[in-house]
Amino acid sequence: MTEMTDSGMWLEVSSPFCGIASDDLTIKVDGNTVTVIKNGDAVTKKGFETPITDLSPRVKGQAVSLDKAVKHIADLLRTSKQPVIGGMATDLNGARSAMALADKSRATIDHMFSTHSFKNILVLQDTGWMTTTLTEVKNRVDLLLVIGSDIEVGFPRFFERMVWNKESMFNQDIESRQVVYLGTAPSGEASTSPKGKKAQVLAFDTANLPEVLSVLRALVKGKSIQAKSVGGIEVSVLTDLAEQLKNAKYSVVTWAASMLDFDHAEVTVQTICEMVKDLNLKTRSSGLPLSGKDGETTANQVSAWQSGFPMRTSFSRGYPDYDPYLANSNRMLAEDEVDTLVWISSFNIDKTPPKSTAKTIVLGRSGMAFEKEPEVFIPVGTPGIDHVGHAFRTDSVVSVPLRKLRDSGLPSTFDVLTAVEQAL
Amino acid sequence: MLKKLTGGRIYDPAHGIENEVRDIYILDGRIANRPDDTRIDEEIDVRGKVIMAGAIDMHTHIGGGKINIARTMLPEDHAADVVARTELMRSGSGHAAPSTLTAGYRYAEMGYTAGFEPAILPINARQAHMEMHDTPIIDKGGYVMLGSDDFLLRMMAANKDQESINNYVAWTMNQSHAIGVKVVNPGGINAFKFNQRKLDLDENNQFYGVTPREILLRLARAVKELGVPHPLHVHGCNLGVPGNMNTTLDTMDGIEGLPMHMTHIQFHSYGTEGDFKFSSGSAQIAEAINRHKNITVDVGQILFGQTVTASGDSMRQHAAHPHAHPNKWVCMDIECDAGCGVLPFKYKDQSYVNALQWMIGLETFLMVDDPWRVFLTTDHPNGAPFTSYPHLIRLLMDKTFRNDILSTLHPEAQKASHLASLDREYTLYEIAIMTRAGAAKLVGLADRGHLGIGGAADITVYTDDADREKMFTTPDYVFKDGTMVVKDGNLIEVTWGTTHVVKPEYDISIEKSLKPYFDKYHTQKMGNFKISDDEIIDDGRGSLTVQPLHVGGPI
Repeated sequence: MTEMTDSGMWLEVSSPFCGIASDDLTIKVDGNTVTVIKNGDAVTKKGFETPITDLSPRVKGQAVSLDKAVKHIADLLRTSKQPVIGGMATDLNGARSAMALADKSRATIDHMFSTHSFKNILVLQDTGWMTTTLTEVKNRVDLLLVIGSDIEVGFPRFFERMVWNKESMFNQDIESRQVVYLGTAPSGEASTSPKGKKAQVLAFDTANLPEVLSVLRALVKGKSIQAKSVGGIEVSVLTDLAEQLKNAKYSVVTWAASMLDFDHAEVTVQTICEMVKDLNLKTRSSGLPLSGKDGETTANQVSAWQSGFPMRTSFSRGYPDYDPYLANSNRMLAEDEVDTLVWISSFNIDKTPPKSTAKTIVLGRSGMAFEKEPEVFIPVGTPGIDHVGHAFRTDSVVSVPLRKLRDSGLPSTFDVLTAVEQAL
Repeated sequence: MLKKLTGGRIYDPAHGIENEVRDIYILDGRIANRPDDTRIDEEIDVRGKVIMAGAIDMHTHIGGGKINIARTMLPEDHAADVVARTELMRSGSGHAAPSTLTAGYRYAEMGYTAGFEPAILPINARQAHMEMHDTPIIDKGGYVMLGSDDFLLRMMAANKDQESINNYVAWTMNQSHAIGVKVVNPGGINAFKFNQRKLDLDENNQFYGVTPREILLRLARAVKELGVPHPLHVHGCNLGVPGNMNTTLDTMDGIEGLPMHMTHIQFHSYGTEGDFKFSSGSAQIAEAINRHKNITVDVGQILFGQTVTASGDSMRQHAAHPHAHPNKWVCMDIECDAGCGVLPFKYKDQSYVNALQWMIGLETFLMVDDPWRVFLTTDHPNGAPFTSYPHLIRLLMDKTFRNDILSTLHPEAQKASHLASLDREYTLYEIAIMTRAGAAKLVGLADRGHLGIGGAADITVYTDDADREKMFTTPDYVFKDGTMVVKDGNLIEVTWGTTHVVKPEYDISIEKSLKPYFDKYHTQKMGNFKISDDEIIDDGRGSLTVQPLHVGGPI
């Protein structure tokens, strides 16, 4: 458990800022100043150390009491014809309160990263998949195939914690693990083994990933391919990779949907997942979608159990109405369909609401700067720093308890939205 | 606030009361003695009505990772059964894998006041409790899954003594807030990760050299010695495999008289006779249950239509994937702890196999003599959604109704079953045993499932109706902890139930080996794995009720 030692140090702190949710951080708290002392990285350091600047809610740029801000939000929602609750970067209870408010105010609910999450969710809903979780990877992976993703940028400690760990449960020689990058080359050395073995990189323009993966899947299935090269890579190289996958005892195929930046990437994710299923007819192989920042996994989990549907669900008709196209908040905002936007972003000051004509309410992390001052801004606490909470990891299985590390007085998203719901 | 239910016909098998006219008094959420002179605040005339304790579903997948995967992957199933918000109720969706809110409302409207999630993975226990926290009205709880977790198998491979195993089991139950222990395809989920595709009762897991039989014995003994009232909850080997009845019989024989609950026994009662090489083993299975007094079962009845199967048994779910309908499915390996598989499935009355599954379930109900040892489940949602319970009750209570349906099913399946010749019709008293008194006793709920003085005032009031499906679909009243939550089949108040747990004692020194184990091999710290009481209570809506243990100790 996260605990405070006599010296004001917090041990075993979980990070809600990165999808792999490392929980071995040591953190020092002095007043409102938080410093990651041990096991920090670029993502978690920024996450924990962003200073508090605002403490007061604002309406139209004027400082007001929290009560007044809450009342103003309730007034806006009461008269709104098409509200959206977006962003959704919050913890378990924040997501619960947003769902309750969406239900009551007949809002559409969406997460800031849905464009990426839906590259995976659409596959789950169309054909399904075989996936694994981080501890399995840590103890079993013998071949890690990375598809089109520079993992260490988004998940700096993934290799350290899950691939180049010191030992595994099953006496595996850790150094013997193979890492192959398909498409994107890694930007750093995180994927290099402790003894200096570099990842095998099969680099090509990632726009060709759909084509290359189709061929790789065909090869895994034992189909013969006439072409000599595809998408800038020799078919013989892919044939070797297919053999590697078939010979591996526990391969893991991973991708960060946020890094598959081309149209209809869900079809490529589907190809990956179907290939993994094919491999499992003879050996074991698993997919590992990497995501889960800014409450992405948490929001989809809570939404699924409370409504039956993931994000991109509208309550405008009084019941959950799931439509990944119509209830896409980016599209709705861009096409001026929204009159009121409640934007929740409690982790990252850079994640501000998209430009739109909607009256905008921001429940944001203290320190957020806006191009255009929103109608209402309430600086809210960050889960895992200012209040307790829970966050789901990328694998949608493990959730981490988040602790209150300081007493900033900032309200939680749950407190604010629950007050709004009651005021409606 | 003193309430009186006047003149109902009481069915309270825990006290041997069958159809006796008595008054019931409710004070502070509990069933109270008849007061001498206290003024009665509210009297409800229930003359002629059938009164039972609130029903208890002892095996229903209502919370946790795999059921949430099922929800997410079936938007089309939800879309056909969306539920609008009302003044009282949140919106949601129903059918095979309903949203938590809708599940709670619908259970209550059917007269159920408790449900137990049978497959809580230790590493996913937090999520299971989060979902149950968002399930209104009913009480809840769950059985924590062991038997494919590396730590246990490692202990067994090292031949650790039973006391160490007990200690680990007790520790895990406490940390995950469980009321029982479940084992699913013992060791098989783990073996699948080593690419073993089947694991028979006496077959070794290739890494640990441990067999399912040994795992069952160790865990059943642990549960018994710890004094946990709920016997080891067993989803056996070879689920769904033709011929698995022999494994099932062997499992019963092999447990050495220890208490054992064999769940969804229907899926484990298959023979290999006939042209289809698929036959009913229910006669032998029921005979063995009748003979082994240490065995309890729930049936896991299948009913026809679309549903989704969500199971911890990744090995068997993977093998079944060609049957997914619609053709989409998920299998997961989870944290060197467990796994899961989720397959949508459509049971068809003109399928020989499905029709026979339907018959096998009903045969089992009708051939097990003791209603205290057989429980009414569909293994929601695996055999059918829980909302089909009233239909199932009618099948058990109404032979004509049963045989009318039977006569419409796959003709070869009809020939392969002797169901038509079974005359038994369950009585109201027997239904009350299966769904109330027996279930409470089995789960280990001291204050539920009965109408005795001091018991929780979870009470269901029905209008006696020859159409038992109608009767059990819409009770006149349901009281939860003394509050009237349902009137004339409709929800009138939303309350929040408690989470039932047991807290077997353990020696804290086990953490000396667990902490470095978590540090070395896991991706979560032991301290963060442990779920605190505060997390269950959360915003104040949740609560914990610690149920008493039996006297344990080494046998």
